Formats: sequence, C-alpha cells, structure tokens
Amino acid sequence: MITYSFLQQYWWFLISLLAGLLVFLLFVQGGQSLIYVLGPSEERRRLLIHSLGRKWELTFTTLVTFGGAFFAAFPLFYSTSFGGAYWLWMLLLLSFVVQAVSYEFQSKLGNVLGSRGYRMLLLLNGFFAPFLLGVTVATFFHGAAFTVSKDNFADLAQPVVSAWASPYHGLEALVNPWNLMLGFGVFFLVRVLGSLYFMNNIEDQVLESRCSVKLVGDFVLFLLFFLTFFVHLLLTEGFVVGNDGVVGTERYKYLHNFLALPWVAAVFLLGVVGMLYGSVHTILSKSYRKGIWPAGAGTVLTVLALMLTAGYHSTPYYPSTADAQSSLTIANSSSSFFTLKVMSIVSLLIPFVVAYIAYCWHAMDRESLTLNELKGERSSD
Amino acid sequence: MNLYIDTSLVDWSRAQFALTAMYHWLFVPLTLGLGVIMGIMETIYFVKKDDFWKRVTQFWMKLFAVNFAVGVATGLILEFEFGTNWSNYSWIVGDIFGAPLAIEGIVAFFMESTFIAVMYFGWNKVSRSFHLASTWLTTLGATISAWWILVANAWMQHPVGMEFNPETVRHEMTSFLSVAFSPTAVVKFVHTVSSGWMTGAIFVIGVSCWYLVRGRSLRFAKASLAVGTAFGLLSCAFVMLSGDFSGVSVAKTQPMKLASFEGLYDGSEHAPFTVAGPIKIPNMLTLLATHKFTAFVPGINDLINGGYPLPDGTTALSAEEKMERGRQAVANFSAFREALREGLTAEAAMARGELQELMPYFGYGKIQDKAELVPPVPLLFWSFRVMVGLGGFFVLLILALLYLQLKDQILRFPLLLKVAFWTIPLVYVCSQAGWICAEVGRQPWAIQDLLPVSAAVSSLQSSSVKLTFFLFLAIFTLLLIAEIRIMCRVVKKGPEESEN
Repeated sequence: MITYSFLQQYWWFLISLLAGLLVFLLFVQGGQSLIYVLGPSEERRRLLIHSLGRKWELTFTTLVTFGGAFFAAFPLFYSTSFGGAYWLWMLLLLSFVVQAVSYEFQSKLGNVLGSRGYRMLLLLNGFFAPFLLGVTVATFFHGAAFTVSKDNFADLAQPVVSAWASPYHGLEALVNPWNLMLGFGVFFLVRVLGSLYFMNNIEDQVLESRCSVKLVGDFVLFLLFFLTFFVHLLLTEGFVVGNDGVVGTERYKYLHNFLALPWVAAVFLLGVVGMLYGSVHTILSKSYRKGIWPAGAGTVLTVLALMLTAGYHSTPYYPSTADAQSSLTIANSSSSFFTLKVMSIVSLLIPFVVAYIAYCWHAMDRESLTLNELKGERSSD
Repeated sequence: MNLYIDTSLVDWSRAQFALTAMYHWLFVPLTLGLGVIMGIMETIYFVKKDDFWKRVTQFWMKLFAVNFAVGVATGLILEFEFGTNWSNYSWIVGDIFGAPLAIEGIVAFFMESTFIAVMYFGWNKVSRSFHLASTWLTTLGATISAWWILVANAWMQHPVGMEFNPETVRHEMTSFLSVAFSPTAVVKFVHTVSSGWMTGAIFVIGVSCWYLVRGRSLRFAKASLAVGTAFGLLSCAFVMLSGDFSGVSVAKTQPMKLASFEGLYDGSEHAPFTVAGPIKIPNMLTLLATHKFTAFVPGINDLINGGYPLPDGTTALSAEEKMERGRQAVANFSAFREALREGLTAEAAMARGELQELMPYFGYGKIQDKAELVPPVPLLFWSFRVMVGLGGFFVLLILALLYLQLKDQILRFPLLLKVAFWTIPLVYVCSQAGWICAEVGRQPWAIQDLLPVSAAVSSLQSSSVKLTFFLFLAIFTLLLIAEIRIMCRVVKKGPEESEN
C-alpha cells in the first residue's frame, strides 16, 4: 500500500542517493584542485583538464537535479535553506558558474582572462564546491538558525514564512568546527577520488606515479577529518521528534539511529569498506587502476547512509538552533501526497537515465586517454 | 514585525532575477536554434556521406559549444534563485512549481549533458549513426528542458490544476496534466522555442553572409545560408502563428497585460491596433485579441474601475472590490489558522469554507494601492512594438534572401548581405523584448492574481541582494564579452582549413 508516509520516506531516500552520487561525481572538483599539483608540464596539465572536461557536466547536472528534486519533494527545505543561508549557497553556486565556462573557454583565443585565469577558476571551484557542500551537509546534523511560521502569510508587512535568525545568512555555519571537519573531509575525499579517476582514465606513466604519491597524503587527511567528524557525530546530542510532534534533543541520537536501523548501518559499513578498498588497494598495488569504482560506489553508499540517518527514525533532517519546533522533518516539509505520487512515477525513469549514461560512457571510455589522442584532436581542431 | 520587506528589497530581487533571466536568454535561444540546424546539417552528411557537410557541421558545433557553456552557467543561478530570492514563492507554490524543475533535471538535463559529450568527443569513438543520434538528442534535451521551464512559467501567467490548502499554507497540485499541458504552456512553448529557432537561423544567416561579403569560404557559406534561410522561414511561420494564439490567450487570462501592450486605457467593442503614435488600424485589436469582429476589449481604466461585461455574461468587479474581497479572504485565512490552533473544528470549517469562496481574490488582499495593479505601460507598449516590428523585418529579410538564392543572384547584393549580418544583434533585441512583455506585463504578480511579488520574496537585507546583483552583473558581463570575443575569433579564422 502506497501511503503518504511511504512516499516521503522514498523521496528522502532518492534525495540521499542523489547526494551520494553528487559527492562521488565531485571527483571532477577534486581533480580540478590537483591540476597544478599533478601536472608538471603544460601538455600534462592539458591532459588532466581534457580528461575532466568530458565529465564535468555530469556533476553539474547532478547538482541541478539534486536542487530540483529537493524543491519538488521538500519545498520547505528549498525555501528555508536557500532563502536563509543565502551567502553559503550563493558562494557555492558562484563557484559552479565560473566552472561551467572554464573548460570550454580556457583553451580558446580571445577568452579575456587567459588560459591561466580560467584554470584558477577551476581551482577555486575545486576547493569551494566540495568544502561548502560538506559544510552544508553538516548543518543537517548540527542545525541552522531559522524559524518557520506559516501564520506569517496573513501578515501584510512581513508575509515571509521562513526567516533566518543569523544576520550572516549561512556564513555562521563556517565557525562551527564540526561543520568544517566535514567540509575538509569531503574536500580531501574528492581529491582521493580525483586521483583515482585520473589513474583509471588516463594512460600516462608520469601522471600515474604522481597520482599515487598524492593519493596517500589526501587519503590520510580525509581519514583524519572524516573520522573526527564521524566520532563526534556518534557521541553528540541530536534532535528528535517525539510522538507528540514536539522536537527535543537526545544524547547519542545518531548512534541510536544506526543501532535502530541496522540496514542503514550495513550500507554505511559497506560504503566505508568500498572506499577503503579502492584507495588502499590502489596505493599498495603497482598495477591496480580500477580503484575509482569501489571507492566511488563506497562514497555513494557512505553518503547515502549518512543522509538516511539524518532524516529517518524520527529525526529532523534540518534542525533549527533558533527554534527547535521550526525544525524540518521529512513529514512536515514535503510536498503533498498528490505531487509526491506524480514525482514518484517520474522517478521510474531514473534507471533508464542511468542506463543510457552508462552505455554512452562505456562507448566513449573504452580506451584510456593518452597524450597522442590529445595531440590528434588538437591538430584537427 | 520584521522591517526587512521593503520596496527596495522587492525591487532588487526583481532586478536580480531579471538580470539572470535576460542573460540566460541571450544564450539559450541560440542553443535551441543552432542545435536543430546542426542536426539538419549532420543529417545531410549522414545521408550524402559527403565529408564537406561533416566539416560544415563541425564548424557550427564549435560556436555552439562556446555559447552552450554560458547558457549552462547562467541557468544554474536561475534555478536556485527561486529559493534564494523568492523563498516565500518557493513554499507557497513549490508543490506545483518544483515538479517541472525536477522533471527538467531528470528527463532533459541528463540527456543534454550526456549526449553533448558524445557529440564533441565521439566523432572517432562511436558509429556515424550513434553520433547523429547524439546530436539530435542533445537538441531534443535542450528542447524538452525548455518545455518544462516554460510549463512552470506558463503556470505563473495562468495558474491551473491546484487548490489552496490553508492547513499547509500553500497551493497544492490537483491535476498534473492541467499543469503540464495547459493551453497557455503549449502556446508559450511553441512561441518561445520557435523564436529560439529563428535566433539560430538569423545567426547562421548573418555569419554566412559575412563570409559572402568577403568572398571567403563561398561553398561553406552558401550551403549554410541555404539551411539557415529554409529553417528560418519555417521558424517564422511557427513564431507568427503561435504569437497570434498567444495574443488571444493573454486577452483571456491577463487582460491588463494586453491593455498595457496596447496602451489602451478605454476599451471598446471595436478596439483599434495602434501601430505607433496616431497611426491606428481600426478594429484590429479586437480581431487579434478575440478572433471576432465585435467583442469588448477592456482598457486599463475598465480593468481598474470594473463594470464592463465579461464574456460569461457577468459584470467585471472593480479593483477596489477585488481588494476588499481579498482582504476578507486574508481575514478568513487568519480566522481559520486561529481556530485550528485552538482546536475549534466547527469554526475552522466555517472559515475555510468562506476562504475557499473568496480564494480567487486572495492575492488582491495583499495589494495596498490599486495603482500597483497597472504595470509600466510605456515599457510594455514599446517592447511589444519592437518585438513585432523586428519579427516582421526578419520575415521580409529571409524571404528576400531565399528569393535571391533561388535566382542565384545572392552575391550581387552586398548591401543586403551586410544588413543580414547586422541583423544578428537585432534578433536578440527582439527576443529580449518578448520576455519583457511576458514578465513585466505580469506585474505586480509573481503568480497572476494569486501572489504579488511583494509577498513572494525572501526575508533578506536588500544590501545583500544588491551585492549579489552587482556580482552577477560583473560575472555575466565578463562571460558575455569573452563569449563574443571567442566567437568572433572562431568566425574570423573561418572554416577555410576544413574546406581545403
């Protein structure tokens, strides 16, 4: 029986899955942050940019779809968070705006900023996109300062339902050290994924050896930041919705969530194992170059599980530190039953979309990218 | 009471959205139009197996790529601005409005972004037929994307398929099909997409004529011109036909917008169409707006003062009466919320019933002065004339070029070729004017009759929005300059290398 509650849970699952895919696909940003670190010469930097230039749109599209799906399924989050944490989102979006043109423009004559200018923009996006997304996702656990009052709509002077309680409009999230832990954790994670992607996608001895060295440092830093965030998460006080609908706090809330939802814990562990296997096996083996796949799948599963634990089991996924009763839950912030039904039918198209994307990239990536291929393309350009 | 919601915040939020939308619309029409033209060219290559057509296709693809990137960049901001700057809007109508945006992502954007990569990087990696399919699927993705965003925009012009739920304080969707296939959406889609085709056609025509004037790449230029003009003629037919239907639709659902287009203050049963100044065509407006020889077309004063006969036989209310009913609806809404809080079921049910009756006027309860209900008439009057006038000019230009091509006389009219080249900026002016008509004409409403822009904004300091406005202005302008410079370089370099 398809109930309203089931569809709300289903859509939270899809949003969580999209978040997982988005973080995985941020390997593009991770790779961008490594262009100058890995590329010793201009031609190798071009090779790196070329390799990423074929994939950036997938990441970008996933971000747009993530936003659209959140809007359609949980519009109160969309209105409250985007309209409130204005500067956090604006900085994030701006970093993607400049990315969107940089791949195409950086190699063209007459591009105003010069090749180096656009590559700097890629570097900026390479850092800010994963870092700010990590910080934003951390607010799903640590809360944000907002109030929601639907009665305001009758007010002529101040009809706005959602209001932000901090004058910094989102930037205040950057002073919470635990938010920063996840921000840096995601940043180093996507750098690990970026190196793993290059090693899989490009056939070049020089780049390969530099990637494998860089991988170790990024992997250690990722573990450091992520584990600190995660251990704190398990031990911290979380928000909970009582049976009477009143939002309160609960010690070890997220640990309790993992224990109460063993399948989510299993997904999380599986994800972590995949991530570790992909990275460690690549670091230790001289010939293993497929680490991006287990590490990527592991990333998707880990983020999926974290997001599920943020929203399932009577947990408000967007707790308000300004007014606990304004906290957003998947029940109080979702679209109507009718809209969720319509959107659920649309969601049946997702496997088809994934299938054609996989088919196309299977056809395109059958052979790894080489310097020779790049030279061939340039001469016909 | 929060002092944030002031007119400055509303104005800057509108300015920022207008800026983003107008910049976005500089790039999207070319994507839509050039996409189809590239598809046609590659199809010719596929059928004829002549490498010349492959090189022609690849040249236009280079320009397509430069333009596409900026379209993507500006589009991202546009989507998220509904949330960042129009937070109340996002909640009040998110139940209906969010769905088309999500569907756009799932159905259209992935199609576009996947197949565009195959289109650019796949020439030597996939089969000819797979490549051709990818080119068409990229364009199809862009067009489907236009469909869904225009469904959303059409719903703002003529909201259908929903009802207001005072418990959740939002409009909720009751019929997806009414939203997705409303006649307003269909007309808007055809008019907008075909205007994008026209932009693509004029662009290809203009650039080809530039080569012809200089006597460069003649085979390439003539072939491109032939495709451009043929496709341009088809586009014009769609633009004109849908423009006509659009007029009838606006007359029915947004009479104030129509009256403002025409600067018509006092309506009549035989309303004339004003060409400019004192030049009027008798009865023409009635005919265009209603497709009848005799029918009352209300002017701005009629719409404000009411009292004129409506098509259903009733008499129109005045703005004051609508505002009074609106205030009553808002009072009923407050009464319902209070009764709900206190658990008074009978009172809540009564207030809800009364609210439902007055719901069509709810938005008017948020209008403080009836003068707000009149959009800026001179801007609309002249934008409309610029749009229609330039549209007519494009038709004549394309017909002339087609005729001369058929007679093989095209190189004997260099002045016409130069005019065709300088028409490229005009096609952008034309389509921007079209959007000014559509969006400014809807003011003061974010959603026609339901939600004024003043009740749709986010609660921000206007200084924040001012800052992001100038930030976007600087970035988008830089991107535009870069795009134009890159395109000019590509065009100047020309397809000669490919032709040899």
